[in-house]
Amino acid sequence: MNFKGAHIVSARELDREDIDHILDLADDMIPIARGEKSSSLMKGKILATLFFEPSTRTRLSFESAILRLGGRFLGFADPGGTSVKKGETLADTIRMASAYSDLIVLRHPQEGSARLASRFSDVPVINAGDGAGQHPTQTLLDLLTIRRETGKIDGRKIALVGDLKYGRTVHSLTYALAKYDADITFVAPPSLQMPSEVLDLAQQMGAKTQRASTLEEVVSDADVIYVTRIQRERFPDAAEYQKVADVFKVNAALLEKAKKGAIVMHPLPRVHEIDPDVDETPYAAYFKQAFYGVPTRMALIGLVTGVLE
Amino acid sequence: MKELKITPIKNGTVIDHIEPGMAMKVVRLLGIPEADSHSTVSIAMFVKSGKMGYKDIIKIEDRELKKREVNIISLIAPNASIAIIKDEGVIKKGRVALPKVITGIARCSNPNCITNKDEPVETEFAVINGKEVKLRCLFCDRIVNDIIEAIV
Repeated sequence: MNFKGAHIVSARELDREDIDHILDLADDMIPIARGEKSSSLMKGKILATLFFEPSTRTRLSFESAILRLGGRFLGFADPGGTSVKKGETLADTIRMASAYSDLIVLRHPQEGSARLASRFSDVPVINAGDGAGQHPTQTLLDLLTIRRETGKIDGRKIALVGDLKYGRTVHSLTYALAKYDADITFVAPPSLQMPSEVLDLAQQMGAKTQRASTLEEVVSDADVIYVTRIQRERFPDAAEYQKVADVFKVNAALLEKAKKGAIVMHPLPRVHEIDPDVDETPYAAYFKQAFYGVPTRMALIGLVTGVLE
Repeated sequence: MKELKITPIKNGTVIDHIEPGMAMKVVRLLGIPEADSHSTVSIAMFVKSGKMGYKDIIKIEDRELKKREVNIISLIAPNASIAIIKDEGVIKKGRVALPKVITGIARCSNPNCITNKDEPVETEFAVINGKEVKLRCLFCDRIVNDIIEAIV
């Protein structure tokens, strides 16, 4: 696709060639993201970060990305104190921000908000999460992590663990992995298994998938164990939640059975689902994963503004 | 002798081959009866049909359908045919065709979809033509199964 001027609303709209290209550029950005090399690629350019709901990693990594590339940012981390509180429509906020900046990054609690923003903006819009909808830059940084930390995506055995029903990151990652020759296993309690509409669409796209109900079934064979948080409020009572939370917890003892070179990922924040005793093992890739958000977003910022090709 | 269940109309529209039992829904979605209109509307339900077994028919005197209305009919009665009658003769006849995208006709069933907020935008859905016709919101991706409920 021609990235210049493009809106990045959903990872599903990117084909494999597009994703590979973004990941290649993200690789090149790593020394700049680490501060080892300086860049003025985005000098004179302004990024608008419009965060209608709180976010730590996503917002900070976008801001780090534009600053490291020599650009600047403006925006808000909370809509309180803006005209949004006075009842301004999102459409009007976007029209205004698009007049003040070269690209917009939007996080909004309503599904479809990024698509709407793309209709009213004269500059590219990057979706940084729209409610329970899409979060394409998370998917891209997940793919970059798998590629860099295990060497490739094709042929990898990937276990998605935890809340697969409500977790938007795992839905989006499933669609993206369907474009690669990856082997996906969904590991979740029956009440939080992957929804059939996601599964059907992923299979239509050519995904190889199976289900498992315990971590023990997959730990010795998986190249990637992608863990998500199971929320207490999804369960009728605390005892039921605790039972499930214990079954889907990853710890160093479990990983003794893991393959050499396997990695554990998590979109963060984690609560109890990965024991801190995993942090010091070679399997822990979740903090690196959070770092890869910066080079991934640098690549996208450069592409959609036409500074990179 | 051929039995005529409803009398022919002079000018207006005949919607034929409607899925049996759907006529009342079609009529309601077309906004019939219209205020201040006294034109004849005939509805026949469960009429024997060679092709369909049974079918419904609606004849509306003095009215031509707008594109939006034809789109609505195509969603809930995808096999329907529409004939425009002038001076008791058929001047145009054709089957409805499912559009690929519909704009402004239906409401998204996801209460958290941005199109259900006070934004200056019309809804848009991709029409999925499977065993049953379904809609996919082009904003939030939600699949709308109950089309009749969703039509504005």
